[in-house]
Amino acid sequence: MILLRLALRSLIARRLTVGLTIFAVALSVALFLGVEKVRTGAKASFGDTISDTDLIVGGRSGSVQLLLYSVFRIGNATNNVSWESYLDIAARPEVDWIVPISLGDSHRQFRVMGTTAEYFERYRYRSGRPLEFDEGRAFDDLFDAVIGADVAATLGYDVDDPLVVAHGLASFANHDNQPFRVAGILAKSGTPVDRTVIVSLEAIEAIHVDWQGGAQIPGQTTSPDKIRAMELTPGAITAAMIGVKSRLQIFALQRSMNQYPEEPLMAVLPGVALQELWGIVGIAETALVAVSGMVVATALLGMAAMIFSGLNERRREMAILRAVGARPLTIMGLLMLEAVLMAAVAAVLGISLLYMGLWIMRPYVDAAFGLYLPIEPLSLREGLVVVAVILAAAATSLFPALRAYRLSLGDGMTVRN
Amino acid sequence: MSDTDIRSALTLDQVEFHWAGRNAFGLMVPDFRIAKRERVLLLGESGSGKSTLLSLICGINAPVRGSILVDGTDMVTLRPAARDCFRAEKIGVVFQQFNLLPYASPMDNILLPLRFAPERRARAGDARAAALVLTDALGLARGMMKSATADRLSVGQQQRVAVARALIGTPFLIVADEPTSALDAGSQTNFLDLLFAQCAVAGSTLLMVSHDERLAPRFDRSVRMEDIATLTRQAAA
Repeated sequence: MILLRLALRSLIARRLTVGLTIFAVALSVALFLGVEKVRTGAKASFGDTISDTDLIVGGRSGSVQLLLYSVFRIGNATNNVSWESYLDIAARPEVDWIVPISLGDSHRQFRVMGTTAEYFERYRYRSGRPLEFDEGRAFDDLFDAVIGADVAATLGYDVDDPLVVAHGLASFANHDNQPFRVAGILAKSGTPVDRTVIVSLEAIEAIHVDWQGGAQIPGQTTSPDKIRAMELTPGAITAAMIGVKSRLQIFALQRSMNQYPEEPLMAVLPGVALQELWGIVGIAETALVAVSGMVVATALLGMAAMIFSGLNERRREMAILRAVGARPLTIMGLLMLEAVLMAAVAAVLGISLLYMGLWIMRPYVDAAFGLYLPIEPLSLREGLVVVAVILAAAATSLFPALRAYRLSLGDGMTVRN
Repeated sequence: MSDTDIRSALTLDQVEFHWAGRNAFGLMVPDFRIAKRERVLLLGESGSGKSTLLSLICGINAPVRGSILVDGTDMVTLRPAARDCFRAEKIGVVFQQFNLLPYASPMDNILLPLRFAPERRARAGDARAAALVLTDALGLARGMMKSATADRLSVGQQQRVAVARALIGTPFLIVADEPTSALDAGSQTNFLDLLFAQCAVAGSTLLMVSHDERLAPRFDRSVRMEDIATLTRQAAA
């Protein structure tokens, strides 16, 4: 293959411009594939946030909103679920298990969630993985708290450290009188649990004993011992996670809760709500893909410009090729071959850059964003992207190649330069 | 077709050609022939249409009228692709300068025409060996054939590599466009000796273009451009 050898030698001879062009295309390929990896990783991570829970029930609002506050701890509930309703639902024959969630307080920048010890067993992520304890264990005292990995890392808490819960979310009113103790620290899960302080449902009641209408009753402080002796049944909860006995019952149960006569409730299937939520986030995703697609297009245009600008200096070369019998089509093909070679080298380089980047960035991304990026071979879609880049290179090189075709037809053997 | 047509290596008959564009001009060659194995010098000043004539003979440009016979085949009647192939098979070309692909090795430069000419390739046999026979005869060291890229060679060496490229596979016709103009007087003589010797070995016909009349005595025949061709210039409208 003397022509392939010539194309390679020609590229090597112009290694500076060719190298820079290849590097630009390689970077764009790495960027595009990187965005693709992050996108699928984020989507998977996102979809993995909650599993094995069949329904989430809360006050009637929107399904995305319910999911946001109950699972992602974003935003607030507009309505609560009364304790009576909760007991009513829990007593239904279809319900296998039910875990209540009570939100509304915070510790530093982290949300505090009241629940039962069953939460640690029932909450699953990444298709069925349970939460694990790094240190300590679940709460067994009223003023025990379990903290997520990010909470522990950010605030530097260890087991047995004290912890004071603040009323509300951005508040200066602290529940100073009832300090908690860190009973356990959860292992990193990459879910919102990492950023949550978990206490018992009763504890949420306990810290609000001296409070009324969102403010502390002046002068009234009840001692922890007294509180322990009190009946701490909550009046209402924020939401509840439900597992049913048979999957066939999910929709019937959902319907009956959506039509619950005593108060306006709403039940959502977490998977469906996650999809709905991703549909909203997906706009950013599309924008990201579009932008990195533009970067690839720009790099390829740069390559076409580079081939164009080289044409004039290479008219002599083309005249020689014509003189020894090359057809204008061959010369056109030679230029396109050069472009394809450059794109192929760029693709290989870009893929290596991608995996190098993934390998370096992965621990950091996992730690900082809870985003797990698996290092695995290119997916079919990503492979097709690489092929598309090479084909696009061939297509864009068509323009300079056509010009070369015309030049070599017009010049013939005489080049006046 | 008369006997002379068959015997002659090259025949131009009533050829008429027009360049379009800004430097529009026309070239007419009523009758020009070269016999087989003849060595002909075509003399002409620059701008006399020499290069245009050569590109017609090589079949890179096609005339609007007339016929150009090389080894009995009328190139004008061939389709462009067939003409390119015919050129690769039949004609070896040596340029004034910048003869070689600068990034390729001298060996690849020499072998290049064979890529487009299967018959010539077959005639050459072991192409690399044939190339080395030629370069040995032309006094080029074997070591430089593969290693260096062509742009590392001196002008004289480059011209000799170009001759090897034109001669490999013993083409029927050698067309040389001022191949000596970049060489000093001593090198010119030397170069012509080598060129003639190799043409004789290959049995090729030689048409060389130059503006240097002092070269004329070394050729079988010398022809003036203005004697065989008329040039019509027209200012751009």
